[in-house]
Amino acid sequence: MARVLVVAEHDGLRLNAATARCVACARAIDGASIDVLVLAADAAPVAAAAARIAGLDRVLTLERAANADGLAAVLAPQVVSVAADYSHVLAPATTFGKDLMPRVAALLGVGQVSDIAGVETAHRFVRPIYAGNALLTIEVPVDDTVVGTVRIASFADPGEDEAAPVVAVAAEVALPEHTRLLGRSAPIGDRPDLQSAQRVVSGGRALGSAENFALIHSLADRLGAAVGASRAAVDAGYVGSDLQVGQTGKIIAPDLYVAVGISGAIQHLTGIRDARTIVAINKDPDAPIFEIADIGLVGDLFACLPELNLALDGAISP
Amino acid sequence: MRRILVGLKRVVDANVRIRVKTDGSGIDADGAKLGINPFDEIALEEALRMRERGDADEVVVASIGPEDVQQQLRNGLAMGADRAILVQCGDTLEPLGVARVLLALVQREAPMLVLLGKQGIDGDHNQTGQMLAALWDRPQATFASRIVLADGVAQVTREVDAGRETLEVDLPAVVTADLRLNEPRFVKLPDIMKAKRKPLETVPLAELDVDTRPRLRNLRHAPPPTRGRGVMVKDAAELVSALAARGVV
Repeated sequence: MARVLVVAEHDGLRLNAATARCVACARAIDGASIDVLVLAADAAPVAAAAARIAGLDRVLTLERAANADGLAAVLAPQVVSVAADYSHVLAPATTFGKDLMPRVAALLGVGQVSDIAGVETAHRFVRPIYAGNALLTIEVPVDDTVVGTVRIASFADPGEDEAAPVVAVAAEVALPEHTRLLGRSAPIGDRPDLQSAQRVVSGGRALGSAENFALIHSLADRLGAAVGASRAAVDAGYVGSDLQVGQTGKIIAPDLYVAVGISGAIQHLTGIRDARTIVAINKDPDAPIFEIADIGLVGDLFACLPELNLALDGAISP
Repeated sequence: MRRILVGLKRVVDANVRIRVKTDGSGIDADGAKLGINPFDEIALEEALRMRERGDADEVVVASIGPEDVQQQLRNGLAMGADRAILVQCGDTLEPLGVARVLLALVQREAPMLVLLGKQGIDGDHNQTGQMLAALWDRPQATFASRIVLADGVAQVTREVDAGRETLEVDLPAVVTADLRLNEPRFVKLPDIMKAKRKPLETVPLAELDVDTRPRLRNLRHAPPPTRGRGVMVKDAAELVSALAARGVV
């Protein structure tokens, strides 16, 4: 029977929503027992939140002062130590999980399945390759620990349940001191988080400047949406790289995705393929974004967006 | 010798629209344009700038693949690398196998820094750098957008989901390059001529004595599900109606 260990992602206080979706992936493995591992300096607040994820058996806490900064080189040997009792070790395919899990896999001497988008059996998974242009079904030998990162856009939040038991564990392993955290950028304001938002409005190079991104913000405000951007807009310096959507940025699956002034390079489309409704506004009728859009509007965004805001105000208010 | 080792993977060019073979056995890439993985090119550019700033003495590029991967290594030499190593191998290796091969090269070359792309744009694994760092028992700094070398350490700014974070790692270390680390230079014709005279060593994989047997089995490839053709609307009002009809607003 599969015993799955899910490594929780958190910032020391709050559990990242990606963890629950990773549990959803574990639940897709028939008959799996599922434990979530919280590595932290003080695990209590995160463990309490993790315990409520539906479908868990236990939450394990592993507290060490060095865990405060969430460094892959520090966490990996501890995950390996706990993993001895498990057939599967999963983490979300976020920058946290992508950084950590290959280090875990190499220490275990096994391969890693990146970006699990589907579960066929306990050892058979589907993952996108070539920027999502192909789906590969891959099999892990039954004698190997399955180490994987989970493409969280492919799994729905499993919801909450009665709290699972929280158990403290220890790992008597030496931790490296060769890596130090110097600083992190402050989290962005009160806008919904891009990775988990139900609605996302993204802007592309056609916005023309950082100032013009205010148009994207005002539409996002009306829709209660998170803001995203194409690589071109990030490269042009209109917004920070944390807003990039696509193959090498964030892969998202909101209910509504509005692409404004984004032509739709294949690397961008990879990031939004699973959105339920895709809206594209672009002045080029031949832009590839229209091939994937559910609703398309050909027009100049500087004219369309103010009109759309007005029309939405009429539709939203009674 | 302050040496930087850079890994170059040959991939199908980023602008080629690949197709899945109809029998599901793989990707149809016959005759497709091949080139250096774009992230690896960024890694090489960064190494060259470090040498040009006086922070490093030598840049060595390495690749694993059949004999004609020499072409991509020659491109790396034309960009400015000092010498190249081709680990000759007919099979496609998994990231763990690649990491083991790189570790063998690391033990031979004793670099102060290994710079790799954060992922190959073919397999999209995003694993090799982290695996090499683990096997080497050295620090890793993935998804780098800025690297500053000083006095036995590297300060690396990383692009992470929440924004940016900066790590300080002791050298030697493995750093993987993200898109915004730099813009790689264009190669000029005289550099291509010069590259032909630079040393390119070929090492048969067997000589390195590492276990590169595949562990994972590729069962089948499938094209991604297609989305149905959408509707075009003529103005903002129609757009809002269409959204309302789908129950979105």
